[in-house]
Amino acid sequence: MTTRLRVLDDGAWLSIDDTREVRVSELWRLDAPDFCGCDLADLIVENFQAVGIDGARIEARVHGQCIACGTTGVTGWIPVGRVHDGEFAEFDRSTVRRSR
Amino acid sequence: MPTDVENWKSEVYGREIREHLFDFAEQGFDSIPDDERDAWFERFKWWGLYHQRNGQEGYFMMRIGTPNGVLEPGQLRVVGEIADEYARGPGTNPIFGDAYADFTTRQSIQLHWIELSDVPAIFETLEANGLSTQQACGDSWRNIVGNPVAGKDGQEVIDAWPVIRDLNETFKGNDDHANLPRKWKVSVTGSADGSGQGDINDLAFEPAYKAVEGGDGSEDAVGFNVRVGGGLARNEPRFARDIDVWVPPERVSDVAGGLSALFRDNGDREDRYNARIKFLVDEWGAEAVRETLQEEYVDFELRSAGRDVREEYTYNAGGGERNDLIGVHDQKDGRNFVGLNVLVGRMGAEDVLELADLAEEYGSGEVRLSQRQNVIVTDVPDDALDSLLGEPLLEHYSPEPSPFMRGSVACTGTEYCSLSIVETKNRQVRFARWLKANVDLPTDVDEFHIHLSGCTASCAQPQIADVSLRGMKTRKDGEPVEALDVGLGGGLGENPQFARWVTQRVPADEVPGAIANLVESFAAERLEGESFRSFVARHDDDELDAFVDPEETDYDDPMLHNTKRTWYPYAENDGLDEAPPTPADD
Repeated sequence: MTTRLRVLDDGAWLSIDDTREVRVSELWRLDAPDFCGCDLADLIVENFQAVGIDGARIEARVHGQCIACGTTGVTGWIPVGRVHDGEFAEFDRSTVRRSR
Repeated sequence: MPTDVENWKSEVYGREIREHLFDFAEQGFDSIPDDERDAWFERFKWWGLYHQRNGQEGYFMMRIGTPNGVLEPGQLRVVGEIADEYARGPGTNPIFGDAYADFTTRQSIQLHWIELSDVPAIFETLEANGLSTQQACGDSWRNIVGNPVAGKDGQEVIDAWPVIRDLNETFKGNDDHANLPRKWKVSVTGSADGSGQGDINDLAFEPAYKAVEGGDGSEDAVGFNVRVGGGLARNEPRFARDIDVWVPPERVSDVAGGLSALFRDNGDREDRYNARIKFLVDEWGAEAVRETLQEEYVDFELRSAGRDVREEYTYNAGGGERNDLIGVHDQKDGRNFVGLNVLVGRMGAEDVLELADLAEEYGSGEVRLSQRQNVIVTDVPDDALDSLLGEPLLEHYSPEPSPFMRGSVACTGTEYCSLSIVETKNRQVRFARWLKANVDLPTDVDEFHIHLSGCTASCAQPQIADVSLRGMKTRKDGEPVEALDVGLGGGLGENPQFARWVTQRVPADEVPGAIANLVESFAAERLEGESFRSFVARHDDDELDAFVDPEETDYDDPMLHNTKRTWYPYAENDGLDEAPPTPADD
């Protein structure tokens, strides 16, 4: 089954199968040593730059800022949720996400 | 590879969207196939309709483009009546109530909670009265801005209003310019005050004198210098670049169309983040833009830039006369225009209708909108001034407001906007009220601009304010709270300057205290007569950061939580799972 993925409204949304599922303005905990020097980045999601899929896992590249150290930039691919039986489930916001 | 948006645009875009829009309106919101909604919502923008954020499914923001902010006699009443009848939704704003109109920083009007089924009736009413939503959003010519009192201003070098009208008629609904890589924002200014804010537009025409061949040499011709590639969005602010072109009024349309076509053909359609012409100017340089325009897009010899009047610019320049258009000012016909402060640009429908009454009673019925979200009643004779100024409505929409009311600009924010990170309009009202009650500026400082934008899209133009506030998050006692970055010292004028972001992630409830401490330091340490902008310019970022000094005060901020996780921040039961159903089709 094909999963339709889009970044919408100037990066405000990830649309997954034609539904606006993931929004900006959340804080995500990020294991992303390439992004900043914090053990875990505390990333404010300001813009979605791209969306992709790896198996059943939906991933996004995000423009944001680590609010702990102030580093700003675009992340690597970060998992945002999973598609199972055609249904998208967003990862819990407290999940530590590892970028690749 | 072209983006999804480009693919959708290549299938249906421009004027033809209207027929589909009306079909959907007739058949009901649910008639839009689920797998086509992303595409249709993107296309509806071209007709001024922007689907509101999640939790508000089926409701739209409607933007009415009023060229140069001009509302001809009778048009403001139409806007008020439409707001009153249609801009009512399930959410009630605790400050502004139900049904209001927002005046924007690009001299347009925005209404919220519009239902798709009502769109044909609204369009019919608007168009019967000379108003339109066409191209108010989307990838094409947006509302053309300028000095709102063009044609009337006593400080005018050239009347830009006929030029703006001509551009509007030429490029609205023009299929050759309907599908651009991205939005296209044009400013045409004829006054010497810089109130068209051309520097932050994709394309700017600014007044300039030029010695013209064949003239008798006794007087220069008046026309426009051309600048290209300004804009504030996405942490990539640019001032428009001088391309060394002067154009007489009768050639503005040719040059504007040439540059619009140049953008159409050369803008980046594979990456929307890189699509604005400011990035093309970065890549090519101003000289190559001029050469390409000359060689490929106009069939006459371009003249080099003329003598501009930028040294006279005062608008949003941080000092001197006419930093804005509030108050009573002379028109060149001997009458007056009266600029009224509309705090954060939002006016209740009843007040809109009352203002329309006042404009008819004391002026010509015409009202104009400024880029500082304010309204201007024009054509007021001297003998009617006192009566107008004595009207009770002007106690709230004052021609002599507190500097903190006068200087406040705010974008839509999380109340309706998908991109915003924080609540804005109501917060800015609370800020302004607290600052007015608690902070004293030096007695010779009567203007102090504070712009609050919910995100880096910069719809409130934060980078050109004395104090720039931009939506962020931080943690306070370990809990995430809405916060603001603080920038200082931005403004326009002869030598425009973007704000320097000196203090990051201030919890929103500590921002009024931070501004109070900043103003206290300014008052204590400024040189005699020094403007705030000059004061900022002579301090480094660390010194300024120390002046900001965030602090809790008795200011109370009820919206510190994540307002994006609500269906409507001010609802009693605000959870997304409490969101109202898609409106019924009736």
